Amino acid sequence: MLNLEFKGRDIVSIEDFSREEINYILNISRSMEPLASKGSDMLKGKILATLFFEPSTRTRLSFETAMLKLGGAVIGFAEAEVASVRKGENLADTIRTVENYADVIALRHPLDGAAKLAAEFSKVPILNAGSGSEEHPTQALMDLYTMQKEKGKIDGLKIALVGDLRYGRTVHSLAYALSLYDIKLYLISPESLKMRKEVIHAVENKISVVEGTDLEEVIPQIDVLYVTRIQKERFPDAAEYAKVKGTYKIDLKLLKNAKKDLIILHPLPRLDEIAAEVDATPQARYFQQVWNGIVVRMALLALVLGAVK
Amino acid sequence: MVEKELRVSKIKDGTVIDHISGGYALDVVKILGITGREKRVMTIAINVPSKRFKVKDIVKIEGRALNTEEVNKIALVAPHATINIIRDYCVVEKLEVKLPKVIEGILKCVNPACISNSNEPAVSKFYVQSEEPLLLKCHYCGYLLERADVLQNL
Repeated sequence: MLNLEFKGRDIVSIEDFSREEINYILNISRSMEPLASKGSDMLKGKILATLFFEPSTRTRLSFETAMLKLGGAVIGFAEAEVASVRKGENLADTIRTVENYADVIALRHPLDGAAKLAAEFSKVPILNAGSGSEEHPTQALMDLYTMQKEKGKIDGLKIALVGDLRYGRTVHSLAYALSLYDIKLYLISPESLKMRKEVIHAVENKISVVEGTDLEEVIPQIDVLYVTRIQKERFPDAAEYAKVKGTYKIDLKLLKNAKKDLIILHPLPRLDEIAAEVDATPQARYFQQVWNGIVVRMALLALVLGAVK
Repeated sequence: MVEKELRVSKIKDGTVIDHISGGYALDVVKILGITGREKRVMTIAINVPSKRFKVKDIVKIEGRALNTEEVNKIALVAPHATINIIRDYCVVEKLEVKLPKVIEGILKCVNPACISNSNEPAVSKFYVQSEEPLLLKCHYCGYLLERADVLQNL
């Protein structure tokens, strides 16, 4: 019997979790599906603070929805121009203040390592809702949950991560998580947006990794196509962005050579990297992913607050 | 002979850091925080012929015996260095440099977006992933630093 203790635990980096722990989170997520439909009072009396120092629609609403569906309450802010930051307060002080108001904190911050620092100062669990271009562990967990739900398993899959692999935090966390499974990973990006070396270093000894630039070449082989937006806001200069903008375009023509049961995922928001014509195909699963995000975050909130064991 | 004596002249009390890889003596001096304005006699020999390595650097510091922490710092830039503590012209102690598993407060993360480079009360911290070639991992952002990065941000 595994001893899986989550109460009081921070969810900072996907690297902190074993395969058993991730599978356990995915199992609890599955048990949250009915509660996500009909609601629950499992976390009644508990407060989630969403501290978003960077704009976000999906992740913040997803965390807040998850908390509300479990009967908890939500406080927080959604942009960096909040009073405390304007006055020059640092993150450590903000955390040491907010921990008095809330039972759990979901944090998004523009700097790498912000969630780790917050966790070192906080008495209450920190859920990393995206730290700089470094990690986004709850997104990785919902991606895994989606793969498992759609394909029935994760082991044995051939998975391509496509687009901005350098600045895209979701793909960093996802690559770490996938390295715990028996999969083949294709990393497809423009040369200037190749996967960060620390991620490659951490995963290449565990799973088979193929790096490349040509998506058409790998499309017939893969089971999961994970597409990311090339993020303008993370580029140091506009000329560099212009060079790689629109490198990959997922459309019906490309999908002609794909497996029938391929699934296409995207952390959203998308721009033009997936053509609207793809939305109606059975392969498009990116909007189902959004629902899965709620149940995974419900599971995480219930686990770190000790409401489920 | 005269030239050789000039290069390796003995010191009375202090530290001799020998077998520094050729060309890295100034980095060793820098990592020890020595500016040259300490009013202490110092000899720095760069690219002198060596039997063990083709060339090596030597740093001699009069009147200062290095402590273990300082010795370990040297391992970041000169992993093969040997350290002799000298008293009254004799070697009283020989120390091997040894890289600690965790390096705190000495280096800055090279990732400009790392939280440890902001106005937070965070002390930089790195985990040694590999000694040869040197690979350090930032505790906060996970960035990997190589020897070239370490030398750049001393």
